[in-house]
Amino acid sequence: MSLPVQHLWLIPALPLAAAAVGALTPRSGRTLAAGAAIATMAGAFLLACLALGGALDFPAAHQVLNFAWFDLGATSLRLGLLLDPLTAFMCVMVTFVSLLIFIFSTGYMKADANAKQFFCFLSLFAAAMLGLIIANSLLLLFVCWELVGLASYLLIGFWFHKPAAAAAAKKAFITTRIGDLGFLLGLLWLQDAQGTLLFYDGGHGILESAALANLTHLLPCGLAASTAIGLLIFCGAIGKSGQFPLHVWLPDAMEGPTPVSALIHAATMVAAGVFLIARVYPLMAADQLLANVPVHALTVVAFIGAITALMGALIAVAQNDIKRILAFSTVSQLGYMMLAIGVGSWVAAIFHLLTHAFFKALLFLGAGSVIHAAHHEQDIRRLGGLRPKMKVTFATFAIGMMALSGVPFLFSGFWSKEAILHAAHGWEVSSLPFYAAVLGVVLTAFYMTRLVAEVFYGAPRSDEASHAHENSPAMTVPLVILAACSILFSLLAWPSPWLQHQLDPSAHSESGDMSLVLPSIVLVALGLGAGWAYYGRRPRTKAESPDPLDRYAPGLMAALANRLGFDELYAATVGRLSSGFATLAAFLEVFVWDGAVRFLAGLGELSGLVSRENDEAGFNAGFDAGSKTLRDTGVAYSKAQTGDAHGYLRTLALGFVLLLILVILGGAR
Amino acid sequence: MHRERTRNEYEKENEWQPAAARRCPVNIPLLSLLIFTPWVGALLLFVLRRRLSASLGRILPILFSLSTLILGGIVLARFNPVITGMQFTEKHAWITALNVHYHIGLDGLSLVLVLLTGIISPLALFGPTRQVRCPAIHGALFLLLQGSALGVFLALDFFPWFVFWELSLVPAFFLIKLWGGPGAARAAYQFVIYTIGGSAFMLLGFAAIFAETRTFDFLELKLISMGGQAPILFGGAATTWVFLGVLLGLAVKVPLFPFHAWLPPAYAEAPTGTSMFLTSVMSKMGAYGFLRILWPLFPLQFHAAAPILLWLALGGVVLSAFAAMKQTDLKRMVAYSSINHLSYCLLAMCAVATAGPVNPAFPAVMIGTSESGIAALSGTILQLFNHGLSAAALFFCVGVLESRTGGLRGLGDFGGVRTAAPVFAGLCGIALFSSLGLPGLNGFIGEFLIFRGVFGLAPWVAAVATLGLLATALFLLTFWQRVFHGPATGAGVNFRDLDATEIATLGPLIVLMFVLGIFPQLLAGLINPLVTTWAATLP
Repeated sequence: MSLPVQHLWLIPALPLAAAAVGALTPRSGRTLAAGAAIATMAGAFLLACLALGGALDFPAAHQVLNFAWFDLGATSLRLGLLLDPLTAFMCVMVTFVSLLIFIFSTGYMKADANAKQFFCFLSLFAAAMLGLIIANSLLLLFVCWELVGLASYLLIGFWFHKPAAAAAAKKAFITTRIGDLGFLLGLLWLQDAQGTLLFYDGGHGILESAALANLTHLLPCGLAASTAIGLLIFCGAIGKSGQFPLHVWLPDAMEGPTPVSALIHAATMVAAGVFLIARVYPLMAADQLLANVPVHALTVVAFIGAITALMGALIAVAQNDIKRILAFSTVSQLGYMMLAIGVGSWVAAIFHLLTHAFFKALLFLGAGSVIHAAHHEQDIRRLGGLRPKMKVTFATFAIGMMALSGVPFLFSGFWSKEAILHAAHGWEVSSLPFYAAVLGVVLTAFYMTRLVAEVFYGAPRSDEASHAHENSPAMTVPLVILAACSILFSLLAWPSPWLQHQLDPSAHSESGDMSLVLPSIVLVALGLGAGWAYYGRRPRTKAESPDPLDRYAPGLMAALANRLGFDELYAATVGRLSSGFATLAAFLEVFVWDGAVRFLAGLGELSGLVSRENDEAGFNAGFDAGSKTLRDTGVAYSKAQTGDAHGYLRTLALGFVLLLILVILGGAR
Repeated sequence: MHRERTRNEYEKENEWQPAAARRCPVNIPLLSLLIFTPWVGALLLFVLRRRLSASLGRILPILFSLSTLILGGIVLARFNPVITGMQFTEKHAWITALNVHYHIGLDGLSLVLVLLTGIISPLALFGPTRQVRCPAIHGALFLLLQGSALGVFLALDFFPWFVFWELSLVPAFFLIKLWGGPGAARAAYQFVIYTIGGSAFMLLGFAAIFAETRTFDFLELKLISMGGQAPILFGGAATTWVFLGVLLGLAVKVPLFPFHAWLPPAYAEAPTGTSMFLTSVMSKMGAYGFLRILWPLFPLQFHAAAPILLWLALGGVVLSAFAAMKQTDLKRMVAYSSINHLSYCLLAMCAVATAGPVNPAFPAVMIGTSESGIAALSGTILQLFNHGLSAAALFFCVGVLESRTGGLRGLGDFGGVRTAAPVFAGLCGIALFSSLGLPGLNGFIGEFLIFRGVFGLAPWVAAVATLGLLATALFLLTFWQRVFHGPATGAGVNFRDLDATEIATLGPLIVLMFVLGIFPQLLAGLINPLVTTWAATLP
């Protein structure tokens, strides 16, 4: 029995329905919300297993279901669903890990009044991630990608009354959105060049060879079109997967409840970026055969991955918050995955993504168990001595730690890391990423040993730690299952690389090559030994005592503890730039655009004033003066109008005499 | 003879009418009813203003306002999207001496805007006006405004169109001035004078057009301009001046950057319901004018001016978004966000116009622009509708903040509102995310199509415009964070959550955001044939 692609939509639809239930129930409906979330996720897990069965029957085939979304011009905008081994493996992993995290959350969030909303957001998160995985269209993938971003925003800021949580949520959303703008432009470019965004569409999809051949022309800048598009899409992955230089949001995302951290770091969110690049690998690799280009897209991916892997491991060494150490460890491990894709082995990247999902979920839930037991104390210097009190948590956490460190043979992390090192070693372009990866292996073993030694060994260094006790089965059972998976998954790679063969049947088998195993064992042993030598043999006695490494390189440790100052750097550059630009825009509003209006209005008022003055002083004054003269004359005349008949007669007689004289004199001439 | 021709045209245009409509014994003038029912209501309210009780004075305007939604629904049911010409036309001679006709009709573009008016107007009267002074007069003015806006969306003759266009200013002026905030008087004067100043040039332009063509009819003018008598109307510089006059009138209204200075104070000082209507409906009048008048009548001039206008639109996208980041008055912030959203529409139209004049007489200059053109123009119309929903919801949310606190609406006046008012926080959050273009909600579709189209036509412009997307996310999330998150402080302490009336106001908008985000076909199906025809005449 298998799940055909026609019914694939059920996998995200089930948790989405649970999210709707969670959104619409009142606050008291927490049991209903949690029950719906867990039940639907269990159902989705079963469906995913069926889908995997169907996909493995035809591992080389891409089963698709394309459908019209809305009419656009003579055609329509089409979306689609895709079922292939990559999708199916990811679905199984996401549903399974999410299921365990949901179960763990019922214990962890027991005391939270808003728990029903928490399960609503968790379900939304998982649904968006599952939608992203089954998309056969870059647009549908982008839609789900943004919804993953939304859900992470809501969950990181779940304790919204804490200002730090609200700020971290915004930072995560904005930082990833910066990368998403690149992704959007790449997507638009691709749509414009290819006329479709479907991955596989019977030979016309953007990942099929006919379409890829369209993109090999060179741009004016010398890059191939596919390189430019690939790198723009990679911007999205840099943001989402916490790659250098956009990794700054991931450690802050710790402000969310611990199950959210587990989900972000293991199954959803950060995995999305790696998955995206693995999914569009044919596009990323389309420029590989071009010789006359300045850079190949995958080369950039490899170097970014290597930088991230090393930088994350270095910073993790100097952190003191248990979740922050794990967060930088995630940054580093994601770097390994990108490195693997960059050097041409997306299969190794997905293998590591899957194994990492289990042991990182294990580690975060273990950390959550510790934090829950120690009344939200997260500073490893103030913990300590938890081993006898929390046996299950300790045992499972140790398994996770060994898987992450790459302890040989028994643990899944060893095999997937080995595959990546092997691929990096064989890369022709440069050997620098390989050496970065090797150094990262030592550091990983070192900081994980430090973490375990500080938290579980020695004596409790605070009241919280001394009163800790093991948690309820709702929290420990998922730990045990995840620990078992961290070991069992070794079988996927050993004795034969079964998983890698299923993901990419065309890839040649590399099982025989074990040349790197011995050096790698030495490296891990070196890291473990050094960590134990510094932190395990003489455990810290007081919370305030200095870190042993501070004695050797205080400056370096301070810089690493300060996360190499990226936050300050961005605040001083990008932050100040955008704020300055906003100030400029606001200034223009007030003084230029509105100023122009006020100037025009002022001009109008001025001309009004001038014309009034003109009227007053010119026309009016002239008129007034004229009328005054007239009036004065009138006054003068009126003085003559005395009303005295004798006077009139006198004047009349006088005038008559004068007139007579004039006539006589005139006549005489 | 002229009358004869008109009649023929009228018959021809009505050929498409579905059988059911033709069987109707009396041909009901649906569109006239659409326009004038609100006006009848306004008249009634004016006459009866002293005799109406307060509650009746509040309910009657809502009922009359709802008529648009009901009649719009009937029109929607009878509308045939495949026909790209005008439907439901009515044409009667009005002023014979000037060849002025009362000519109205509707196509997909008008229908979308009529439906938007029908949805927003009753909500804008229902939600925010419970405590309003003189509800009957307020309602009458609002209905007058609503009818005028509908007239603008339906009139096909410049004369009645311009009457509706200018008449809409009168009630808007009084609504802002008499019911608005402390700075309302200045804002209202600025709004009216600025807009009239623009319209005056447009009126002059049309006077010149009439002198040349002896007609005011948009469809006839379009035929003349498309008829190959290019360059139409006058030829040379005179046409350019006429074009600039019409452009200025429309540009102020949209507003096109930098003719937007009147908008933030007007939206900010207007009472909540009026702000909702202004931003949702009235701001669409300008963009509608671009599509209905400016572009069809002046294809060559618009093509020539488009590169400059494109940069102005880009300035509007980016600068208004960044200016919004610095606003501390939430209403001004949302107002700037409105400028940003409408600038996307202008950006899309100008990008398409840059590619070529909408005129079959001109040979193709670029291949493959048609697909981008369709996307950009579809995106424009969808964005007009979607912005109407999200901006109205946001103005209403700010209105709720004001109504609870006696007028506070500063970014720093609140804190932690979500603790006490989770429903309000949730619904306002959905509106914010709709506004910032989150996929799955309505805002995304329009913006995606616009960007898809603009990228195909002017890639660098699209790349720069993404800065606007980023800034929008920044200030809208700042809004949400500062007001709703953090510990409860300021006016956020014990904030009363939404009551039934407020939920009933926001609810339909929120539901539509989801529905249109997931099924954009509901809108796209109405406009796609029309837009395809427009773009088919593109090179």
